[in-house]
Amino acid sequence: MSFSIGSLRQAAAKTRSAFRDRLASVFSKSELSAEVWDDLEEMLITADVGVSTTENILGELRGRERKGQIREIDGLREGLHQELVARLNQGISALALDDQPVVILVVGFNGAGKTTTVAKLGRYWQQAGKRVLLVAGDTFRAAGGEQLNIWAERLGLQCIAGQRGADAAALLFDAIASARARGFDVVLVDTAGRIHTKTNLMDELGKMRGIAQRQQIEVRTLLVLDASTGQNGIAQARAFRDAVGLDGIVVTKLDGTAKGGVLFAVADELGAPVRFVGTGEQPDDLVVFDPEAFVTAVLE
Amino acid sequence: MFDTLSGKLQAVFERLGQKGKLGEKDVEEALREVRLALLEADVHFRVVRGLVDRVRARAIGSEVLQSLTPAQQVIKIVHEELVGLLGEPGKLASGGAPPQVIMLVGLQGSGKTTSAAKLALHLKKQGQRPLLAAADPYRPAAVEQLRILGRQTEVPVHAESAGDPVAISRAALQEARSNHLSHLIIDTAGRLQTDNALMGELQRIKAAVSATEVLLVADSTIGQEALRVAETFHTTVGLTGIILTKLDGDARGGAALSVREVTGVPLKFLGTGEMLEAIEPFYPDRMASRILGMGDVLSLIERAQQAVDLDQVEETRRKIRSGTFDLGDFLEQLRQVRKMGPLDQLLGMIPGVGKRLAKAGEDEAGAQDELKRTEAIILSMTPVERQRPELIGGSRRRRIAKGSGTSASDVNRVLGQFRQIQQLMRSVPGTGSRRNIDLGRLFQ
Ligand SMILES: Nc1nc2c(ncn2[C@@H]2O[C@H](COP(=O)(O)OP(=O)(O)O)[C@@H](O)[C@H]2O)c(=O)[nH]1
Ligand SMILES: [Mg+2]
Repeated sequence: MSFSIGSLRQAAAKTRSAFRDRLASVFSKSELSAEVWDDLEEMLITADVGVSTTENILGELRGRERKGQIREIDGLREGLHQELVARLNQGISALALDDQPVVILVVGFNGAGKTTTVAKLGRYWQQAGKRVLLVAGDTFRAAGGEQLNIWAERLGLQCIAGQRGADAAALLFDAIASARARGFDVVLVDTAGRIHTKTNLMDELGKMRGIAQRQQIEVRTLLVLDASTGQNGIAQARAFRDAVGLDGIVVTKLDGTAKGGVLFAVADELGAPVRFVGTGEQPDDLVVFDPEAFVTAVLE
Repeated sequence: MFDTLSGKLQAVFERLGQKGKLGEKDVEEALREVRLALLEADVHFRVVRGLVDRVRARAIGSEVLQSLTPAQQVIKIVHEELVGLLGEPGKLASGGAPPQVIMLVGLQGSGKTTSAAKLALHLKKQGQRPLLAAADPYRPAAVEQLRILGRQTEVPVHAESAGDPVAISRAALQEARSNHLSHLIIDTAGRLQTDNALMGELQRIKAAVSATEVLLVADSTIGQEALRVAETFHTTVGLTGIILTKLDGDARGGAALSVREVTGVPLKFLGTGEMLEAIEPFYPDRMASRILGMGDVLSLIERAQQAVDLDQVEETRRKIRSGTFDLGDFLEQLRQVRKMGPLDQLLGMIPGVGKRLAKAGEDEAGAQDELKRTEAIILSMTPVERQRPELIGGSRRRRIAKGSGTSASDVNRVLGQFRQIQQLMRSVPGTGSRRNIDLGRLFQ
């Protein structure tokens, strides 16, 4: 066989070097050779940007090259930066929280970081002067309610939890009543992790949304997406959008080496805006998403 | 979402079929589709490149091009190459003095705690006596989560509400020894592979308990990042295997293939659902089919063999031959199929059909309702009607609909389905040996 594991190991050792090293090597070339374009393709795909979005981006850049707008390496770097930022800028606008109370459903795949994100967002809006109520809507996972309760205690936030196996929609119903009675501004709802192909679980989210809407309560849905997610992230985002609508994405675990490249594909296909970034396991490890800064970090 | 690979390749070759002869250029076109499918399945870029090169070498200049079914030939080669890369079926190390110590490690949220409980249940079912240990004092309620899962699986849990994970693990090993248990399964905290302090902690736990297995728990939706993660865990802690989780969705788990290929660490188990029974030993051929989007007929057949009573199958066969297969038997058949597992999962295993059908609304809850309705309708018939449905005219139909709380058109639908099944069954030739059921035929 014309192929050795050894050579592949070597190759992998090379990929281990961070994204920025590869980029540096792409942009250290002096001219726009075929090799540069190939390297750029590899770089984007190994950052989880996905084949079709990568092709789109490269297509745009090649088009600009043909028109003479990109002539040298620096121009290419600049052009790539613009292309990436442009994708993330789609649909960006502030998350409207004017209604009182507003319900925020935090949804996503199992283990994405929903519960931690609910705690972080709770802290974020608490610091912004809002009265925040947490709802431990993950009644499926063992100790799922307990996990959020502990965060609520540490942060000095109110939290409504039910028994394991309780109906999350009923819990939300109660939460809305008490938010109205006690004057909370933001009702932040943790939900059980779910795999987007399970229609009955997705319907359950729709039901929760419906409960709030029938009471004339505004609902925002935030999807939590792990930065290490590969191409499956596109299917996840699409399925959640179809089931409950998407007002934004929170990308978690960006404190690791994962760059969240699938976000470009998600933005390309769905145009759903990224709102926040999770950068650690503590409640303060949350920043508002900034496309420029994000792309700069990706390309640095 | 994506067409399955086989579907795409069929289309490529269909177009070419109209041209007559196939050349190298045509194979190249097919290989482009193969490359795309693998990348969409998150197989690592470099691994894809190597694989495609080898497939090209095997496909061009061989009898593939002359074959009547070149698309299938190419798929077959790709499949074989993937199976080769994926290694051996998964098995836990055995031998040595008990307890065997298994550590589960991985990124945050990859599914370690659930996998620990599943593995414990899996071992318990094999007559082993495992102990679970909660060595994650960091994530709120992680210890409590394992405690609850231990109660659910009736497996003892060594848990301390606070403390150092190394000391906890050591104490757990003592407990396992003095109670003469067979396995100790240690659930560790999730961590980033770049966190040196926490990676050092894993090294210390491993040394303190002389772990025989260190299993990396990886989420099947992970992308190209998988390689970096697995390599660092492997070089710092030393891995003996991988558990790939959350495979009950549509993630194809291609990243896992790359990890096995590049680090040499074998895949051992797959997590296929939220229930604690949902863990399966890894099989390379099935994984290869999944990565290619070819469905998983083998798992389907296995489920069928577990759920379906073969004597009953033979009985059904006899009834069909003698023309006495009636609506009562039909109901029994439906119930048997439902025993095989959630419908969306079953559909997902059928090549080509899979996910699209499952997505088209044939969801689990809907399927359950449908079965209940059908059941009610058949149970509202008299025994004579079940044997001779042609007797069912307008008034009988109204009575049955009323009795089952459905409508006349529901009743018609069940009767129509029954007639179709009857016809289908007549067209399947009876085989002599009951072990010889060629389920593959069903999927052609
Ligand atoms: N490093 C890091 N870990 C995170 C981040 N967000 C969540 N986690 C961890 O990921 C794991 C799963 O989080 P959890 O909130 O329980 O996920 P859920 O199942 O979606 O609710 C926990 O160990 C969290 O501490 C993040 O931004 N960075
Ligand atoms: Mg949670």
